[in-house]
Amino acid sequence: MDFFESIAQSFIKTFITDDRWLQLLSGLGVTVLITLVAAAIGIVLGFLIAMVRSTYDMQLQGRKCTKPSDYILKVLNFICNFYITIIRGTPVVIQLMIMYFIVFASSRDGIIAAFISFGMNSAAYVAEIVRSGIMSIDKGQFEASRSIGFDYKNTMIYIIIPQAFKNILPALGNEFIVLVKETSVAGYVALQDLTYVGNMIRSRTYEAFFPLITVALIYLIIVLILSFLLKKLERRLRNSDH
Amino acid sequence: MKKILSAVLAVAMLCTCVLMFTACGGNNSSAASSDTETKELHMATNAAFEPYEYKEGGEVVGIDADIAGAICKKLGYKLVIDDMDFDAIITAVTSGKADFGMAGMTITDERKQSVDFTDPYTNAVQVIIVNEKDSPVASADDLKGKSIGVQMGTTGDIYVTDIEDAKVERFNKGADAVLALTQGKVDAVVIDNQPAKAFVAQNPGTKILDDPFENEEYAICLKKGSELTEQFNKALKELKDDGTIDTIIKKYISE
Repeated sequence: MDFFESIAQSFIKTFITDDRWLQLLSGLGVTVLITLVAAAIGIVLGFLIAMVRSTYDMQLQGRKCTKPSDYILKVLNFICNFYITIIRGTPVVIQLMIMYFIVFASSRDGIIAAFISFGMNSAAYVAEIVRSGIMSIDKGQFEASRSIGFDYKNTMIYIIIPQAFKNILPALGNEFIVLVKETSVAGYVALQDLTYVGNMIRSRTYEAFFPLITVALIYLIIVLILSFLLKKLERRLRNSDH
Repeated sequence: MKKILSAVLAVAMLCTCVLMFTACGGNNSSAASSDTETKELHMATNAAFEPYEYKEGGEVVGIDADIAGAICKKLGYKLVIDDMDFDAIITAVTSGKADFGMAGMTITDERKQSVDFTDPYTNAVQVIIVNEKDSPVASADDLKGKSIGVQMGTTGDIYVTDIEDAKVERFNKGADAVLALTQGKVDAVVIDNQPAKAFVAQNPGTKILDDPFENEEYAICLKKGSELTEQFNKALKELKDDGTIDTIIKKYISE
């Protein structure tokens, strides 16, 4: 068979037969959906954990507990630490399978398990990124703010977090880029994400080239768009530097 | 400190380079240097398919492994078994990563476009596994509109994909599909008869429906135009005639 003819044929097999390009498109949809929901869970949960951890670091570390609220903070900090250790210490695909086959054993829908396990996984990393941002702000900022009458909460909201956010943006962006690609293991629990569709096409056509390269390119494009948006946000935030 | 660090880094990089080169070179040399000693034949399989191929103490055993061993012995080759996902087997054969694929593989027209098949060495049926209690599926006709678990790329997957309105959940392993069935995530699992028996034996509360879903024949797949196909066919015929294949199958399947 002619070289070009065979390429054309495998192209048709990969994309046109059985409307496979539509399947790829729906796989892309699933990947984007899982990423967005997981990122949202990750940000909210991650911020909460970071608040607990950094409040503990700033107020209690190396000091004795005096008030009842100190004990609560200590316990919360212990729980958060434990959570981060477990999540960062185990592979995301194992966490996903635990969610699907053990925690949500009675649920039929794998996508809920995916939302929660990818979200919880991302949260652990986001938490440490946010904490590093908060800890990177000079102590003087904190002291100045308290001395002009802001309480701890308002100092955080108006003084510390806005500055910290700018510092951690590149690291946060990194985390979301990783998250997009981590969702590629969703096929383990029969979710029809982009990688899964690519594998399915491969299992039907017995061609490796087009399905794999296409899937790789689509991920690359998603990440390029994401980096573009992040860069734009970073530039906007930098305007206030002058 | 800096010096030590850079030395460590340099060594690490060197190691990676060497590893990469030997890894690439290793593949080539296994094909090239093979004429010095006994030639190796690489068999691609998916060792999660009892009793045709499964792992026992790290070694791949089963009907296919034994038949492949017998063929290779007859032809004077050394058999090397490579375990991989089922849907990667044909790509491994077409790309030359493996010399032949043997994994309870059914002859289909679609697969024939990519590989050559030997004569079939055994017959098999696709069956439906359901939960014993309150199953909404009592026969193959009931599968319409139900959610069905399969192993990705198997013939069960291909047949089920054609069923109207069926929601097909494709797993990497047949065992995961059966696990999903026992948890009620899917209504039925379509898979080959022999592994199905092994799964049902291990999962009380599941059963195999009496009427088979589809009949089919297993064969060995080889790269298109491979010279080995003819030799394999000849060896298979001899093994069939002298009863070796029957003995091997009886060793694993007692009925």
